Amino acid sequence: MARITHPKRALSTNPLKSSAPLGAAMAYLGIDGAVPLFHGSQGCTAFAMVHLVRHFKEAVPLQTTAMNEVSTILGGADQIEEAIENLRKKSAPKFIGIASTALTETRGEDVPGELKEIIGRRKDFADTRIVYASTPDFSGGLEDGWARAVEAIVDTLLPRVDPVFTGTNPRQVNLLCGAHLTPAEIEELVRIIRAFGLTPIVLPDISQSLDGHVSDNWSGTSLGGTTQPEIETMVESAFTLAIGESMRKSATLIEERAMIPSRVFQSVTGLKPVDAFIRTLMGLSGVQDVPPSIKRDRSRLIDAALDAHFHIGGTKVAIGADPDLLFGLSNCLAGLGAEIVTAVTTTTANPIAERVPAEEVLVGDLGDFERKASETGAAVLITHAHGRHAAARLHLPLLRAGFPIFDRLGAQDICRVGYRGTRAFLYEFANIIQSQHHRARAEDFGAAPVSEEFEHVPSATTH
Amino acid sequence: MTDTLKSKIADVFDEPACGHNVNKSEQQRKKGCAKPLTPGAAAGGCAFDGAKIALQPIVDVAHLVHAPLACEGNGWDNRGAASSGSELYRTGFTTDLTELDIVMGHGEKKLFRSIRELIAAHNPPAVFVYSTCVPALIGDDIDAVCKAATEKFGTPCIPVNAPGYVGSKNLGNKLAGEALLDHVIGTIEPEECTSYDVNIIGDYNLSGELWQVKPLFDRLGIRVLGAITGDARYRQVAMAHRARVTMLVCSKALITLARKLDERYDIPFFEGSFYGISDTSDALRTMCRMLVERGADAELLDRCEALIAEEEAKIWAQLESYRGRVEGKRVLLYTGGHKSWSVVAALQELGMEVIGTSVRKATEEDKGRVKDIMGDDKHMFENMSPKDMYALLKDAGADVLMSGGRSQFVALKAKMPWVDVNQEKHEPYAGYMGMVDMVHAIDRAVNNPMWADLRSAAPWEEPLPQQNPVMPPLRGICPVTNVSNDTEVGLSPRAPVMVADVAGFASSDTDFEDC
Repeated sequence: MARITHPKRALSTNPLKSSAPLGAAMAYLGIDGAVPLFHGSQGCTAFAMVHLVRHFKEAVPLQTTAMNEVSTILGGADQIEEAIENLRKKSAPKFIGIASTALTETRGEDVPGELKEIIGRRKDFADTRIVYASTPDFSGGLEDGWARAVEAIVDTLLPRVDPVFTGTNPRQVNLLCGAHLTPAEIEELVRIIRAFGLTPIVLPDISQSLDGHVSDNWSGTSLGGTTQPEIETMVESAFTLAIGESMRKSATLIEERAMIPSRVFQSVTGLKPVDAFIRTLMGLSGVQDVPPSIKRDRSRLIDAALDAHFHIGGTKVAIGADPDLLFGLSNCLAGLGAEIVTAVTTTTANPIAERVPAEEVLVGDLGDFERKASETGAAVLITHAHGRHAAARLHLPLLRAGFPIFDRLGAQDICRVGYRGTRAFLYEFANIIQSQHHRARAEDFGAAPVSEEFEHVPSATTH
Repeated sequence: MTDTLKSKIADVFDEPACGHNVNKSEQQRKKGCAKPLTPGAAAGGCAFDGAKIALQPIVDVAHLVHAPLACEGNGWDNRGAASSGSELYRTGFTTDLTELDIVMGHGEKKLFRSIRELIAAHNPPAVFVYSTCVPALIGDDIDAVCKAATEKFGTPCIPVNAPGYVGSKNLGNKLAGEALLDHVIGTIEPEECTSYDVNIIGDYNLSGELWQVKPLFDRLGIRVLGAITGDARYRQVAMAHRARVTMLVCSKALITLARKLDERYDIPFFEGSFYGISDTSDALRTMCRMLVERGADAELLDRCEALIAEEEAKIWAQLESYRGRVEGKRVLLYTGGHKSWSVVAALQELGMEVIGTSVRKATEEDKGRVKDIMGDDKHMFENMSPKDMYALLKDAGADVLMSGGRSQFVALKAKMPWVDVNQEKHEPYAGYMGMVDMVHAIDRAVNNPMWADLRSAAPWEEPLPQQNPVMPPLRGICPVTNVSNDTEVGLSPRAPVMVADVAGFASSDTDFEDC
């Protein structure tokens, strides 16, 4: 049980967290034909968009209600309506996900009410599904914004049904993906679920939209992602698999609406967590014997762990990430004997932070991260790309994890879940340790240097 | 094989200072101590390997391997001898003999040109030229080439005549010693000699093991004059003939070198080890006693005793902190076995149970001491087949295996902690401080939380609970079996179906992948 502490300081140095609306935008981008819309000033959107583009190396559709001083004070309902109208004209989105920002939340607008009024009045908006999530910048971080957005999607788009008379597709499961999952990770989970003969409906599915693909046409909306019909059939699923503690509320919402049982997987990285995932799939598909590829992957992971534990065991690690990612990675490494000497996270909304295998989890920034990593003698840093400055100053290697990763290509391809992904992660970590070329030095042992008398003095050669 | 090489081999095998050899009959002695190799059941290194191992730790010289690519290409940069100075010894130099070189007899010329290029590029204090099977077979005379090159370039070129096929790694060690005696030792005089100069033979400073004991020498004022060859400079080796005492570390192979140093230069030697606490203390005591016998001030003995008392107390205090974490752990030792009793004693002192130790290369005396420490000889064994070891470890007869790299995977595949105590290991375990490192390594290995996870049952090895027999019916076409099972589900209440009712869901050898 980790102690959650807040550093006693006013100044935040080098932020660790990204804002909640950005997280909401990322989640919205996992819906097919979507345009996320920030209800705020245009700068809120511009910064978030640049952030997203730098990470995904993709054109990211992201729009703004472009609030100005007057509309902020008088209320932004007109701005929202106008934005929706213009977006529909320009790119005909099937889905508009609205995320509030600090600006509009500070003023305190009743956006749900206004939106209801707009949708009721504007019948021509009917073929665009509109969802709103309250994600003020001043509360929580990326993971929270993502979670709020998924809850909003579930709440707004899942049909209200009578569970008793709803048809059930017993081979269909809902897969709720937390903010910490990359497109490749979602894909890996889907692969595993399909290997059991089950069909997952992924929400939100950024593996189809932000995976970095070239499409045949240009569109002002997200290309790929969970489709509206898919979302509607979620109520027919037999089970909901929620990945990440932050997805618990969404899973509960589905459970309440459609009587679909659920299970939250706090991590799917590491042998035991994946075992639990597999076991659940065995129960759902009713098979005692799992597909050969899964068995093989597990035995490969065990071999990888055996080889990697020499490098992981006893290594002091500093991790800074959103709670779900922090827990998943630190839990996996601690399971192989690593010592999590520094754990910094972004938000207190997620109770999983308490289960991080460290004495203390700081809710702080990269400044705290750097200071504590230095104090505790960490050998490796794990955080997003902004950690590179700390890594350079501390002369430590940086394993990039989380959002944003803008100084390396292929952030969307990183896969650290499932047996395969865990194996890759263990290798990645062990290789980082090995890449720190440690060569024994006489001084380390306190041995006096070899007398100069013995050293070779190259003569001026004569040939 | 040339006659000179033949007589050299006969000479190094007849070692009067070697206990094994002295006990042999005249007839056996003539055969030499090389065990005949069994085709299909041999795995050790060759004579070239042995010579390279023994000489490569001389850090500032260039090691040039006269051979087709395999000898150096497959073998370079594979050992952890550490250097506090030049890194030239890690550079892989080879003549890379090609088919044309061999057929046309260009070997010697290519070697000479290689030496010239090497000296021009790196200007080392010396070039060690290694002969290998192919040049030896086609009759390249590396002695002549080295002599010519030395004269021409003014840089000593040392021929090391130990082609692989003449014998084992052990023999290669001996031949390397001969090369040093013939061409290096005694070629340079030190600026000044002291009564505290020693030679250390047979320590290669792997991962810095020599540095773990060097601070002890530093504090006693003892100077390592001739390092053969851990972290050595060429000039040091060349001055080895002026040392007062030689310590031969854990090595029967280089005993010939130690004896010949005694005969030629009147330097007495003793055999000692830096593995284990009591061994380290014994080695220091013996060294100081012999230095005093050879003219050092007698107060050295007192300083030595004081140092030993201080270091032992310090190290036991440090080791004590590990007691709680390693107490009661069962250790299986599988090492060369020479002097393993010293390590055994320290482990037992910390409450560990040594359930077995190999005594493959141990002398009778060592075996006796193991017996004393462990109570009886039940726990000693010569060899253990990988299969038996796997079975023993799999049955959890031990908590940790300490061995060389070859049994590493026997342990790991049995999901058993393993600590590397071989020469290729990455952590140094010598002297007093090395013992702490070793116990730390044992602690880190056996107490890794990973083992419990790895040994736990796979999800499919435990039956699914019976209280949840609800099995959803298949709808559409099963992607695994392609069985169509189109049942109309429609708007009916959920109907549970028993698991047994569903057919055709067995897994097969061919795998269903992404669809």
